[in-house]
Amino acid sequence: MTISFFIIAAITIVGTAAAMSLKNLVHCVLSLTLGLVGLALLFLLLGAQFVGFTQILVYVGAVAILAVFAIMMTRSAEPMTNLPPASFRLSGVLIAATVFAVLAWAISSATRSLPSQSSQPEVSVNQIGVALMHQFVLPLEVIGVLLTAALVGAAILAMDETGASR
Amino acid sequence: MPEIIDQIFVLLKHWLMGYVPSLLKPVVSAILSVVPVLLAFPLLFAITTVLERKGLGRMQNRYGPNRVGPFGFLQPMADGIKSLTKEDIIPRTADHLVHLLAPVVIVIASFLVYAVLPIGRNMVIANLNAGVLFFFAVGSMVELSVFMAGWSSRSKYSLLGAMRAIAQMISYEIPLVLASIVVIMAAGSLSTVTIVNLQATYTGIFPHWYVFTPWGLTGFIIFMIAATAESNRCPFDLPEGESEIIAGYYIEYSGFKFALFFLGEYLGMFATSAMAITLFLGGWAAPFSFLTWIPSYVWFFAKLLALICAFIWIRGTLPRLRMDQLMNFAWKFMLPLSLINIFAAGVWHYMPAGASRWLVVTLVIAVACVLLSRGLRRNQWFHVRTYRFAS
Repeated sequence: MTISFFIIAAITIVGTAAAMSLKNLVHCVLSLTLGLVGLALLFLLLGAQFVGFTQILVYVGAVAILAVFAIMMTRSAEPMTNLPPASFRLSGVLIAATVFAVLAWAISSATRSLPSQSSQPEVSVNQIGVALMHQFVLPLEVIGVLLTAALVGAAILAMDETGASR
Repeated sequence: MPEIIDQIFVLLKHWLMGYVPSLLKPVVSAILSVVPVLLAFPLLFAITTVLERKGLGRMQNRYGPNRVGPFGFLQPMADGIKSLTKEDIIPRTADHLVHLLAPVVIVIASFLVYAVLPIGRNMVIANLNAGVLFFFAVGSMVELSVFMAGWSSRSKYSLLGAMRAIAQMISYEIPLVLASIVVIMAAGSLSTVTIVNLQATYTGIFPHWYVFTPWGLTGFIIFMIAATAESNRCPFDLPEGESEIIAGYYIEYSGFKFALFFLGEYLGMFATSAMAITLFLGGWAAPFSFLTWIPSYVWFFAKLLALICAFIWIRGTLPRLRMDQLMNFAWKFMLPLSLINIFAAGVWHYMPAGASRWLVVTLVIAVACVLLSRGLRRNQWFHVRTYRFAS
């Protein structure tokens, strides 16, 4: 348990750190994908099969490809030569440190207030499906409508405005 | 006796596990489950390459391989030795690490999906709660490796091929998943083992395969068309259209890396065929109740070989689609039809059993099919295409 946790955590950290530090943008996306796979493995290690597989399906299968396409269509994938200015980097470090402090404080205070559970809760895919279809059916439908609207909007934006058929 | 032959591999594993110290049990158990799969499917790949070349040769009125071994059946050995001893050429401007990793990723992803495919009764590596989801999640990693191969080669042909392949794979993954949803709805489970067990029962002599319902048949046909497109095979092979972009995303690969891509592609085809068998054709179940004495894994591989032969037959028969036809077919025909198929499966579930639900569901699907194909034709599917920038 602990050995596999440390291996997976190392994969995740190396992947995300490389995503921030590499020069070539496509390399950044690929190493970010490695980090996301590491996160999915962490979910699987905690016994959350549904979340883990969905993470791979959505982030590796869709978001990574989307990011790659966006990079290739908007700018060249050649490595950047000039670094951002020093003040920019300083503010970035400050923001990152603040976010980390807030998250760490929230997590540490949350774990103290929780009752100590030794056994992990058994949540099967079946239960998630039942909950989505009964208790949370309205949010699910709203998200569905929102995504459909986004899809239609994207298709309209991409359409040929002159109306001439190909 | 048929029981023992059916379970012989499971019993063999249990017998071997008896000699293993308890500390090593998880590791040895995993190895004993994985190694047969790692041996069986590449062997099937070797057999399929010969079958395909001989079958295509037969259809095109020529001999096919017939020099190495009896009837040319040792040809894959010769091909393997050839690709191992070939020089490994890497383009000078290529991104070396990504170029090296791309074939590795595609083979890993193609092998991983076999973890949830039940090859026989009690013969599955991992019976996951969300097995079908695992299959599609890991299958989607193939797209990333295609991009890695196409981009890292720094060749415009390979980049074009990768772009085509990714666009096609993303478009056809949606009907693929939506077509399998009807089975998940009917079975009420995402576990491949449960889905097969539900189909392995009989009324009289006839089995309860999902393909023998109107929505199941529609789903199976959609699934197989989408699987053909996912595995980049003819008539959907324009990511590697030889006459246009030479070999698509793996044009800059040579030697064994090329062989790995080839292996990954065929393994993906076998995996999606095996998934179609699991979802619609009853997995390892026998087609008639009086044939259950034949071992379950024999049935599984017989069905798999039948589907592979169908793939070869289609490849020898149909011409390649054009890019706009491909996209129109995916988004304007397959996607709406698979959505209507889900609706039809719901209607089937809530109507009382009998002839009336057969009639209603068949009518819904047939009307949808006719209307959608008319819509495609009104969209001037076969019209002469005018090229905006060329003319």
